[in-house]
Amino acid sequence: MSKRVGMEVSIAISEAVKMANVDVVAAYPITPQTHIVEHLSELVAEGELDAEFMPVESEHSAMSASLGSAAAGARTFTATSSQGLALMHELMYMAPGLRLPMVMAVANRAVSPPISIWNDHSDIMAERDTGWIQVFAENGQEAFDLTIQAYRIAEHPDVQLPVAVNLDGFTLSHVVEPILLPDQAEVDKFLPPWKPMLQLDPAKPISMGMFGIPEIYFEAKKATDEALVGSQKAIVAIWDEFEKLFGRKYNPIETYKTEGAETILVTMGSISETAMTAVDQMRDQGIPVGLVRIRLWRPFPDKEFKAAVKGAKKLGVIDRCLTLGSHANPVGQEVRSLLYQEKDRPYVFNFALGIGGRDVTRADFRYIYDQCQTLAAQGQDRCHMVGVME
Amino acid sequence: MKKIDAMMSWKEVPLGCHVDRPGSTTDFLTGDWRSQRPVLDKEKCIYCGFCWIFCPEGCYQDQGPEAKVFVADLNYCKGCGICAYECPKQAITMVVEEV
Ligand code: SF4
Ligand code: SF4
Repeated sequence: MSKRVGMEVSIAISEAVKMANVDVVAAYPITPQTHIVEHLSELVAEGELDAEFMPVESEHSAMSASLGSAAAGARTFTATSSQGLALMHELMYMAPGLRLPMVMAVANRAVSPPISIWNDHSDIMAERDTGWIQVFAENGQEAFDLTIQAYRIAEHPDVQLPVAVNLDGFTLSHVVEPILLPDQAEVDKFLPPWKPMLQLDPAKPISMGMFGIPEIYFEAKKATDEALVGSQKAIVAIWDEFEKLFGRKYNPIETYKTEGAETILVTMGSISETAMTAVDQMRDQGIPVGLVRIRLWRPFPDKEFKAAVKGAKKLGVIDRCLTLGSHANPVGQEVRSLLYQEKDRPYVFNFALGIGGRDVTRADFRYIYDQCQTLAAQGQDRCHMVGVME
Repeated sequence: MKKIDAMMSWKEVPLGCHVDRPGSTTDFLTGDWRSQRPVLDKEKCIYCGFCWIFCPEGCYQDQGPEAKVFVADLNYCKGCGICAYECPKQAITMVVEEV
């Protein structure tokens, strides 16, 4: 039986990590991720979690230690944010390429300059192409559930990849929400101990991270891409199993009031809750608008996304990150390029919203809806920055 | 379609491209890269072992107390010339490889 507890979302993630019974936590504190690792260090210090807590000297070391830990066959957790994730960058390719499962929570935060501790998705978007499975939580319960699910996904024999669980900095990480905490026995049933497929073992030596001459590098990368794209099958199966055990349904793409919607807004993360309220208000006024939320960002669920927006005339794709020097931002580019070959493709408008912690309100979504109706007539196809002062 | 210059299909790449045969790096004959090759004048050699110690590739093999000589394995010699430079007796000459 689950019990409902009022809890800060960061603490809930630490509790999920504890329930996943990890062996190693290697992390460096950075706002707004700090409470996650701080609480984990307490859990280890107080003997509530039997794990090695490695207070490393930087995020570069956090990821290095995590790689070593996973290579040794230990269930591993790390967490970071913003500049910390950027410092991990050169190592971000390792876990996917070496096929080392691990889980990382990313409390999404803007990247400097100017220095910002506030929320947007710039940090993770710089890691978009590294080969990590990337999911975005909408609320605290999702952040908790996704963390537990992430281990099942990462360690699945057909997957063997790292998973990044994204949660919006402050708007999720620092709010207290009612969280349904499952029993340890229920979690154990869902998440059995990990049996590594690759492991550093002196009795059976292997080398990881070897040289790749031009006659093998391309094939090795293709194999990683196939694993990442193919992981969606296991992800969906694991989410179905989770629903059977815990009663909460997870889909790669979620839809909200999309039936008969001529305009569909596309979001990721916690702003989706505000967007749903905005959609409710517009629907009450008879406006045919709906919402599509991307939960699984990598691998991108092409088929499910196309099905979710089918029939819409206009899409307002909302990014929490700027791709400087381009006509569109990451999600905007993804959607437009996915739909370009479709016969009946909708107009795809791209908006940047809530950059560097700028407040996002229902009125913004109404404004975006209105812009979708007028931008087409103006022939505008560049990203529209919502709320930037001219 | 031109011939594909690959060692194996992506489907056959071992998980994480790991290697489970210790020492398999010796399959990779790095001697191909060489433009010069060390040639030993046995008359001048005093069997001091400098070439054996200094070779960054570990090419030199000790032929034992009878033969009293070190021989470079040209499968791995990259032709850097360090052995020739370090030899106290100038017993080693670097000779350009004819193509
Ligand atoms: S030339 Fe360089 S690589 Fe070749 S045997 Fe001499 S020291 Fe070794
Ligand atoms: S360094 Fe010169 S003298 Fe010494 S063992 Fe090698 S070849 Fe002979």
